[in-house]
Amino acid sequence: MSHVTQAPLGRPPVALAPTQPVALRINGALHSLNIAPWTTLLDALREYLDLTGTKKGCDHGQCGACTVLVDGKRINSCLSLAVMHEDSDITTIEGLGTAEQLSPLQQAFIDHDAFQCGYCTPGQICSAQGLINEGRAKTEDEVRELMSGNLCRCGAYSNILTAVMEVLDNQQAGLPAGEWSAGAARPHDAPAEAPKQ
Amino acid sequence: MTLQTDYIGKPTNRVDGPAKVLGTAKYAAEFNVPNLLYGYVVSSPITKGNITKIDAAPVLALPGVHRVFSHENVPSLAWFDRSYKDDVAPGGSPFRPLHSAEIKFSQQPVALVVADTFELARYAASILHIEYEEEAHETELAKHLDEAYQPGKGKTGYQPPKSRGNFGRGWAQGVAHMEGQYSHHAQHHNPMEMFASTVEWLGDKKLNVYDKTQGAFNSQQYIMKVFGLSKEQARVVSKYTGGGFGSGLRPQYQLFMAVLAALELERSVRVSLTRQQMFSFGHRPETLQHVALAAAADGSLTGINHVAVAETSQFEDFTENVVGWSGTLYDCKNVQLDYRLAKLDVFTPLDMRAPGAATGSIGLEIAMDEMAYAAGLDPLEFRIRNYSDFDQAQNLPYSSKNLRACYREGAAKFGWERRDPRPGSMRDGNLLVGWGMGGGIWDAQKQPAQAQASLDADGHLTVSSGSNDIGTGTYTIMTQIAAESLGLPLEAVTFVLGDTELPEAPVQGGSWTAASIGTAVQEACAALGEELLKQAQKMDHAAFKGVKIDDVQFANGQMRLRTDLTQAVVLRDLVQASGQPKIEAKNAKLPGLIDMVKPPKYSMHAHNAVFAEVKVDPDLGTVHVTRVVNAVAAGRIVNPKTARSQVLGSVVWGISMALMEESVMDHRFGRFMNHNYAEYHIPVNADIHDIDVIFVHEEDAEVNPLGIKGLGEVGLLGVAAAVCNAIYHATGKRVRDLPVTIDKLL
Repeated sequence: MSHVTQAPLGRPPVALAPTQPVALRINGALHSLNIAPWTTLLDALREYLDLTGTKKGCDHGQCGACTVLVDGKRINSCLSLAVMHEDSDITTIEGLGTAEQLSPLQQAFIDHDAFQCGYCTPGQICSAQGLINEGRAKTEDEVRELMSGNLCRCGAYSNILTAVMEVLDNQQAGLPAGEWSAGAARPHDAPAEAPKQ
Repeated sequence: MTLQTDYIGKPTNRVDGPAKVLGTAKYAAEFNVPNLLYGYVVSSPITKGNITKIDAAPVLALPGVHRVFSHENVPSLAWFDRSYKDDVAPGGSPFRPLHSAEIKFSQQPVALVVADTFELARYAASILHIEYEEEAHETELAKHLDEAYQPGKGKTGYQPPKSRGNFGRGWAQGVAHMEGQYSHHAQHHNPMEMFASTVEWLGDKKLNVYDKTQGAFNSQQYIMKVFGLSKEQARVVSKYTGGGFGSGLRPQYQLFMAVLAALELERSVRVSLTRQQMFSFGHRPETLQHVALAAAADGSLTGINHVAVAETSQFEDFTENVVGWSGTLYDCKNVQLDYRLAKLDVFTPLDMRAPGAATGSIGLEIAMDEMAYAAGLDPLEFRIRNYSDFDQAQNLPYSSKNLRACYREGAAKFGWERRDPRPGSMRDGNLLVGWGMGGGIWDAQKQPAQAQASLDADGHLTVSSGSNDIGTGTYTIMTQIAAESLGLPLEAVTFVLGDTELPEAPVQGGSWTAASIGTAVQEACAALGEELLKQAQKMDHAAFKGVKIDDVQFANGQMRLRTDLTQAVVLRDLVQASGQPKIEAKNAKLPGLIDMVKPPKYSMHAHNAVFAEVKVDPDLGTVHVTRVVNAVAAGRIVNPKTARSQVLGSVVWGISMALMEESVMDHRFGRFMNHNYAEYHIPVNADIHDIDVIFVHEEDAEVNPLGIKGLGEVGLLGVAAAVCNAIYHATGKRVRDLPVTIDKLL
């Protein structure tokens, strides 16, 4: 028998930080929030703005389900606080296309059945959009590698690859790009940093 | 113009695809109902012992914290074990969250902190002071093999294995022999969506529960019994489920907690688990297997011995069919099977994709490869020589079995005849190349289910059944079946599921949904067809006077006379003429029950054969699975597109089992140490290369009228063994303890 104490008393209590106003530009619209400063961008989207298309799969930057585009670059929104993004252009899955006009990636994901349960899908699509914006991946192996920050437990990877390659190839062939660059606020900038794998 | 109205067997895009790519599909934690409170679960740091003290005062003093629930203040709930038993519960005494001070497993939920915001609930939970007296725990299966016992038939679907003949004699008759010990560790389902329940309080104990589950009715029954709620008070909704793989078959503890808090606080409450807490409930049990095979000079098996010992909890007997398949898949007179459990201080294991069969096929199919080498035969030829044309375990003929075509078409696609059988003989530059194969068998099952079909005055057909779609394609294939049944275009059909207000359906599992719900949908549409004919006969359609339902067909949005297709009536017009807003029909009540009490006339199974190529770096021990061909015989394939995706996913799962997945238990703590998505390894995109899926032709009029056998599990079988066998072929190293990590090859 041994004694175990969880969360020992006497630990200095952290003062609860007061909520503060935060303004976020998401999918072109300005949203004003009053939230605690430790609110992640992911939770701000899901719990305070009802933008639940962005998913929570681990809350630790390990799965990519929460991927959004910030100034055209893909980030894990669970690893970022909302207050850090007052000057950013944030694009979520809700901003990439509409039911009437799906983005090329969204259409390609449907056409190639690049998902099953659909839970990782918004993150996969935002990540693929970020990858296209970066402009570095050309080959299948490069796409596989640079899409490896987004887990898919259903195992739709082959179809995700096919869908992303189709959009990339169409773009390289100079076919109408449609909305492909949605979320790329500054498409002519130097390629973004590669996400850490 | 003729509309296309034949859909079954045609590749069809998912009807729920737009909702999923647009982010509008709502999962359990995404129903942002008004005045929502957030619950955060506190998990036990010890594995066995008792809670001796909880000091909630500092937490409750935080403004915005509403309540701390623990065993100290949970109100009196249902007393008997049966109230806590869900449809999928194994034998024993189910775990009751927050029931007593006793700790039975690591990460046991011990408290729920409810606050105004998620951020506050999480913080408050982190400072909740709890004291424990810790006792010694036992979590190591290998140390408890002597205590292993044969379990009773507690769980639905579990068949105690049946031996036959005399294995000792069979062993003696053989001229070639093999024996091997096989093992894998605990594995966790880890669907992408974490378990969550959003409970909307509607007043007077009336709740709308948005739950992550594979069976809305199972969740409903559970909370009705535990909390004494009526059906009307306990509506459960589950329209989208972010992966299941078996983890959602039983109600998880966040459902209990969210309902408890909502009833006590009379507020809407959401409880979501963390990824770490996704390792705190059921898992594929660690299992140790022993297989011994003997074969005669012609390669025919003379004896099969398959023994397995698996872990279970101290409070329930989790059983799965691990060794039974070894008495069915190959022809052999002498089969000795044994399956036992050993109790450990862990949470009860839980069905995980192809439960039992995925485990058993690792032992059997690696052993078959070893036996083929011992007998000097090609592994494919060895299997063909032991082909079973009659189910010796059940003493029944197969309703259909086209595994031969899987072997033939799979081998041809893979190029198997070019294989040099000598281990280490094939190379790609510096890399060792290995080709291996495996396969498996899974039950073709059907459960009782209900469905309703309703045609409105615009000619739109709505078909409903309270089933689920965990990503399997249920929405899409039911839409196809309904559209074809009543000759309507896909756009004129909506299939609705995932709600306890809909006709009752079983949990989505066992690969039975397509057959069970598909049959119910077809029957409901047929019943609606009869109502439509009656309506036509009430009107002035002389052509339909006195005709029977078999005399008409539904196509092109019309009902028409088979003998004279020009005699037709538009379905929409029938509804409009009826004066009612819609015409509806249900299938007969629980159609499967009668079938279930009748003794079966056939053995009904799906089969597959898997061929895998690996490339192994001899210096680094790294393994890449570069090619897989998976040939599946599963009856009629309703939607080749979604079906292919299911099998692609199965291959990824098999690669994962072979090379990556392992919940690493530190027995000093009795705790899974890699309880997160970074250290619990599953494949990423870069790990997956060419995968070919073949559906061989297989007609089966016996399994169900649609001829569907189901696909959720069968594709996984044999994949892990094929990869392991390929690694042996590449390296000459026979690894029998999965996953095959680098250290085991160097």
